[in-house]
Amino acid sequence: MKILVFAEHREGQLRKIAFENITLAKKLGQPFEVAVIGAEVQEIAEQLGKYGVEKVVFYKSGKLDKYSADGYAKILADAVQKQGADVLLMGATSTGKDLAPRVSAILNAAMATDCTQVDIEDDNLKIIRPMYAGKVHATIRLTSPIKIVTVRPNVYSAAEAPATAAVDTVEPQVTDFKTVVKEIISGAKGKLDVTEADIIVSGGRGMKGPENWPMIEELASLFGAANGASRAAVDAGWRPHDEQVGQTGKTVSPTLYIAIGISGAIQHLAGMSSSKYIVAINKDADAPIFKFADYGIAADLFEVVPRMIEELKAEKGM
Amino acid sequence: MNIAVCVKQVPDTEARIKLSDDKKNVNEDEIKFILNPYDEFAVEEALTLQEKHGGDVTIISLGSERTTSAMRSALAMGANKAIHIKAEKNPADPLVVAEALTQVLKQGNYDLILMGKQAIDDDHTQVPSILAEKLDMPAVTVVIKLDINGDQIVAEREVDGAHEIVECKMPTIISAQRGLNEPRYASLKGIMKAKKVQMEEIDVQLNQDRLEIIGLNYPPEKSPGKIIGESADAVPELLKLLHEEAKVI
Ligand SMILES: Cc1cc2nc3c(=O)[nH]c(=O)nc-3n(C[C@H](O)[C@H](O)[C@H](O)COP(=O)(O)OP(=O)(O)OC[C@H]3O[C@@H](n4cnc5c(N)ncnc54)[C@H](O)[C@@H]3O)c2cc1C
Ligand SMILES: Nc1ncnc2c1ncn2[C@@H]1O[C@H](COP(=O)(O)O)[C@@H](O)[C@H]1O
Repeated sequence: MKILVFAEHREGQLRKIAFENITLAKKLGQPFEVAVIGAEVQEIAEQLGKYGVEKVVFYKSGKLDKYSADGYAKILADAVQKQGADVLLMGATSTGKDLAPRVSAILNAAMATDCTQVDIEDDNLKIIRPMYAGKVHATIRLTSPIKIVTVRPNVYSAAEAPATAAVDTVEPQVTDFKTVVKEIISGAKGKLDVTEADIIVSGGRGMKGPENWPMIEELASLFGAANGASRAAVDAGWRPHDEQVGQTGKTVSPTLYIAIGISGAIQHLAGMSSSKYIVAINKDADAPIFKFADYGIAADLFEVVPRMIEELKAEKGM
Repeated sequence: MNIAVCVKQVPDTEARIKLSDDKKNVNEDEIKFILNPYDEFAVEEALTLQEKHGGDVTIISLGSERTTSAMRSALAMGANKAIHIKAEKNPADPLVVAEALTQVLKQGNYDLILMGKQAIDDDHTQVPSILAEKLDMPAVTVVIKLDINGDQIVAEREVDGAHEIVECKMPTIISAQRGLNEPRYASLKGIMKAKKVQMEEIDVQLNQDRLEIIGLNYPPEKSPGKIIGESADAVPELLKLLHEEAKVI
């Protein structure tokens, strides 16, 4: 079973999920190669070599400087065939979720999205993926000759394993794109997305208003965390939609999730209950979130959060 | 403008999901089913465009008999046509769903195919992109803003940490993300009118699933939480636990 790992990059920087999937491919104990698509990617060999990659094919063309769903899909489908892969591993990122189903359609290859566990059993993949926003875990099997799996970021941690990576650069045939990205509007510079974060600090309606968010942001930056929000905070216009965690927001699996002024509605829990550790700060000791929290403080967040900031700063000698 | 909206019926977000005894299916007895929330945005967008440009809005759904109630919800919002692709149950494999939808969509002459970004039951996020390849059409997924000028589409989509402005030409597939619009409520008149719409029923031969569910499980149970204090004085204890017990910071 030969695996192809699609190494996603953003503006030339390989993303963490690429290294996580390489680590997963190694763990599965099957031969694997890596495919990179783009115009310019920095230090591919160095970056990938660090994680034990021996062979990379870089599909490189100036025309590929901006992502195009249909354009990239053709190249990736070709790559799967040229590199002779039986399994394509990708990240369940926004690009992965846009691109993988297209490759699945082109290659008539069954696909599993947003998987949280991938193993090999009886010469096939045994995959676990959450459904109903995590209320159910499905064990599934793909039966087509080629199989595509997108893996949820942050589930497998990338492990370094030095090797010498040989990079084959190929200039693919690039036909006209049907969709063209004209512009990318970046969020706050260097803003960490909740789906990629190890730690998330989320605020809800209990925060009372956007004017109180600097406190959440400060706490998040002390933890090196991303900011999240409940739908109540997003609906009120206090926070951007891309921070919403939950059934109609993002599903996250960080190591630590801190819920501040969030009651723990079923739709919110659905998006974050697979976090390794959950901390809740809520003044209502009966709030449902406490049933799921490993550690809770039942008190006024406007006293607890400033105190946390103070203690963390003291720890860091700030 | 001729618009198709593909919709799926799904359990209410409030629903507690219970598994069947053989752990292969979801026990549907106590579940309230609704129109997939993301598909509501698609319906709303179709109706707004219809108000501006005229034409038909056709609701298309593949599913069992009960799916017609979700289709009626979409009709009650104001859509004027409906095609029910009859199936005993929804296939587990999104490729099979997309293959069946492709057959039906090919029959219509649609300028725009609107969909939800994701069905909140299976959470595949696949069908719109598969359709794009099958129908050889451009598609923009996870769209939060849509502008149409002649046959030119400018769509803003949400990606991790940024927004992309994407251009393409109609006919196009668009998958809707929350933020695209504010879905209207069905009026009483709309509900009455929806009851009278004659749904077209189509039988299709579904292909074999290539994604098989071996079993369903509940997520591993979390140990009951503990409240470690009722004032800010519990903060040092909390940080100590995070450092020493959980070892996460
Ligand atoms: C179709 C649908 C989809 C949905 N999808 C999502 C989703 O994806 N994500 C999501 O989050 N929600 C979602 N919801 C909404 C969900 O049902 C809840 O309404 C929402 O999660 C509530 O947000 P909240 O916890 O911030 O607010 P509330 O439920 O109002 O809770 C606020 C909490 O703050 C506490 N509090 C107030 N003041 C203080 C203080 N000074 N100190 C400490 N604590 C304080 C209160 O005790 C309370 O528990 C969805 C709903 C529907 C119908
Ligand atoms: N059975 C179905 N019938 C019609 N449309 C569907 C069906 N399943 C999925 N869709 C459409 O595809 C979108 C994405 O679904 P999915 O890829 O299953 O997450 C949904 O929001 C619907 O618009």
